[in-house]
Amino acid sequence: MANITLNVNGKTHTVDVEPSTPLLYILRNDLDVHGPRFGCGLGQCGACTVIIKGETVRSCVTPVSSVRGAEITTLEGLSTNGVLHPVQQAWIDEQVPQCGFCQNGQIMTAKVLLDKNPNPTDAEIRQGMASTLCRCMTYYRIQAAIKRAAKVTA
Amino acid sequence: MSDRRDFLKSSGFLVLSIGAVSLADLEALQAGGPYPDPDFRQLDSWIVIREDNTATFYVGKTDLGQGTGTAFRQIMSDELDFAYDRTTVIMGNTDVTVDQGGSGGSDALQTDGWPMRRVAAEGRRVLLEMAAAQFAVPVSQLTVSDGVIAVKGDPSKTITYGRLIGGRKFNVALTGRNADETTGVAKLKAVQDMKNVGQSPQRYDIPPKVDGTNKWAVDVKLPGMLHARNVKPPVAGAQLVSIDESSVRGIPGFVKVVSKGNYVAVVCEREEQAIRAARQLKVNWQKPATAPFPSSENLHKYMRSATPTISLPPVAVGNIDTGLAGAARVVTAEYDVPFQGHTSIGPAHAMADPSNGQMTIYSNDMKSYGMRNGVAQFLKMPRDRVRVIWMDGPQGYGRTAADDAGFEAAYLANELGRPVRVQWMRDEETAWDTKGPAYTFTMRGGLDAQGNLVALDYDARGCDHNHLGYNEAGTVLIAQLAGLRQEKPNTGGASTPNDMYAVPNRRMAAHVVSLPLVWETPLRTGNLRDPNGPQTTFASESFIDELAAAAKADPVAFRMKLLMGSTADDTGFKRARSIAVLKAVAEKYGWDPRPSPKPLGSGDILTGRGVSYAFRNQTVVAQIAEVEVNRKTGKVWVKRFVCAHDCGLVINPEALRRTVEGGMLHSLSRSLYEEVTFDTEKVTSVDWRSHPTLTHLDAPAQIDVVIVNGDPNPNRPDLPHYGAGETVCKTTIAAVANAIHDATGVRLRRMPFREARVLAALKAAKV
Repeated sequence: MANITLNVNGKTHTVDVEPSTPLLYILRNDLDVHGPRFGCGLGQCGACTVIIKGETVRSCVTPVSSVRGAEITTLEGLSTNGVLHPVQQAWIDEQVPQCGFCQNGQIMTAKVLLDKNPNPTDAEIRQGMASTLCRCMTYYRIQAAIKRAAKVTA
Repeated sequence: MSDRRDFLKSSGFLVLSIGAVSLADLEALQAGGPYPDPDFRQLDSWIVIREDNTATFYVGKTDLGQGTGTAFRQIMSDELDFAYDRTTVIMGNTDVTVDQGGSGGSDALQTDGWPMRRVAAEGRRVLLEMAAAQFAVPVSQLTVSDGVIAVKGDPSKTITYGRLIGGRKFNVALTGRNADETTGVAKLKAVQDMKNVGQSPQRYDIPPKVDGTNKWAVDVKLPGMLHARNVKPPVAGAQLVSIDESSVRGIPGFVKVVSKGNYVAVVCEREEQAIRAARQLKVNWQKPATAPFPSSENLHKYMRSATPTISLPPVAVGNIDTGLAGAARVVTAEYDVPFQGHTSIGPAHAMADPSNGQMTIYSNDMKSYGMRNGVAQFLKMPRDRVRVIWMDGPQGYGRTAADDAGFEAAYLANELGRPVRVQWMRDEETAWDTKGPAYTFTMRGGLDAQGNLVALDYDARGCDHNHLGYNEAGTVLIAQLAGLRQEKPNTGGASTPNDMYAVPNRRMAAHVVSLPLVWETPLRTGNLRDPNGPQTTFASESFIDELAAAAKADPVAFRMKLLMGSTADDTGFKRARSIAVLKAVAEKYGWDPRPSPKPLGSGDILTGRGVSYAFRNQTVVAQIAEVEVNRKTGKVWVKRFVCAHDCGLVINPEALRRTVEGGMLHSLSRSLYEEVTFDTEKVTSVDWRSHPTLTHLDAPAQIDVVIVNGDPNPNRPDLPHYGAGETVCKTTIAAVANAIHDATGVRLRRMPFREARVLAALKAAKV
């Protein structure tokens, strides 16, 4: 066990845990941050996605010791002063989710995609989202929502 | 109504959260039982109106993310004459909502929409009578809008529902032999008088799912809780010989190894500790003496030669033998469908709390009431000491391992005397979750000299022996592994196609076959979204296309002729509505009549279109897929889907469209990718690499959902609302297969149409 300091959505936390523990379990079980969810534990589906240094990170395969001090943003941290991020708003406007369990990964991945490429083509959206899975198969609406958000943010 | 229910409602905590139960609520829910069933014959069990003129509806269904909760608010607001945005709905919690069975069979609106409308209408009637007494005028002198009653011609006399009843009970008795039949004496509104129905208010459950505030079953945390992981037999049918507990005793936070029969679980204080312990635990297993099943490569050969466990009585019209004998041309084909899984995006899970001498289970299982009954039976507890709090979760659409996890959590919590959370891992979920049955089909069709279909023979074998029901105490996985299962396996079933084709000689036969190992096997079957429809319709609607091609007829015209071949009336005007959706889908697509396949194209990308049609209960759909097939790689892309959909009265058109889109793409995933693979010992498809699924790369460029009301009298005031969650799952696979054939001239009779299979078929046909 070791004391590890984490910065999540602008707040600092110190936890005493086994350093190899995946970040996902620390967020969910110790910090009550429930946006990232367990889907595979293998980094294959994206349900556990968080953002660190502007990149998507799959927290289920990320040892907590490797992100000491880094600024970690989760789904809960996307809104500012109670105003939803344009990607989140687009998700509501487009009525994207069915069960919604995977949508953390979809939204976080889309946010990073648009940060890097504010005006993506259809092909770039498909490629950029390709490894984030949805078993309700809401892909068609997700892609529509990304285009909608791109119009707002561009 | 129980005191507890009164407490829940008067405290207001349940209604503060919209939709899901909040974590603060969960704490309050720890209060002791018992938990008798809410009385469906009391209006107060269904509707609560508060002094601030807000209302909560209590519905014993679960909303898997298709918007049924929103739809219930719409229809109940209409019947109650209440403002939609002043309502909330609580669903699927066994101690506070009437047992309406949870979800299943796409019956939420079709079946349960009616009692919900009737109780809301009864609420309106009672409130109008209360107002009439208050103002000393007859009810006929009153008007009501959005929960405000006014005396006609006297604007000074108005009163809200909240003022009339807020904080108090209706104490109005209802009648009916069961929850479905629940009724008061009020009449329902005519469709034309319903103002929320047909509108598309946004789903209330979406904002919390998008901003991170939603509370899911996976989020439940209780004081003193423990984390458990299962340790499954590495080989199907293996027997536990011994466990070396010393292999995990040194792990920090280790609490216990629980084992009974072949069921093994480890329990630890923290989640990562339980995961480590489950991986590290040394268990000595003995393999079974004989192979539990053939490999997936040999499955269909095995199924065709197996002796059926049951053969269902064939459905017959005319005489198939003379029909085929007299045909100018006979076409035959065989189709094969593999086992396919639910493979939910989030593996199965549940939390169980044994506090206060009762068992509370927090679960996303769509049949919370069944889980309550099953767990009570399994643990030999009185029903009213067990309850299930239904919460949102990852969906698998059917009898998923969420059932199994709920029983496991309850069993372990009972053993440990502390709250236990069970979470299956990805490999466990993908390998051991229940499967949709594999099928083989043998089809024969006879055409006369003019190309008319005169004989149609369908013979199906479903590998479905010991099909598991929902939350059965005698068949859940822990009951099997722990030696607590029922003695006899369930019989299972096999299905026949759902269409309104008029064929003079027709036979539909279906048989069930069994794998060698019946119990304690990962190849266990259970309902998967429209449990047999995707398989049977793949075969039947592919074969209709083969017959159309043999007759050199346009596939839409060929079907239309079969639908027009009779004028017989039928329940729900299904034949007329079948014709209407087929016309509508062809029109929306811009269908150009011609036989399939089209002349082979010259480039790398071959394009084609395919049509398919089916009904489920009273919902009728026709679908067209437009595909691109890459002849160099075998890659299939569905560029466009068009679906004409008739489910009667549509409550929320935008929610319906998304449900239909999701259903089509779910079946597209089954068409192109999904297959449970196994060797002769174990399932080998265990994650998203070995068990691929549809991805963003596969999304169609365009999807059109045409909402058809093919009813002969579309404006009738009593137009029923039918189910919409599954019908389109039937038609998708055949539409895709037929489009591939149109593009390439190659007929794919074995799902899924992965690149390698398609490429091999193209090469074999020299395309």
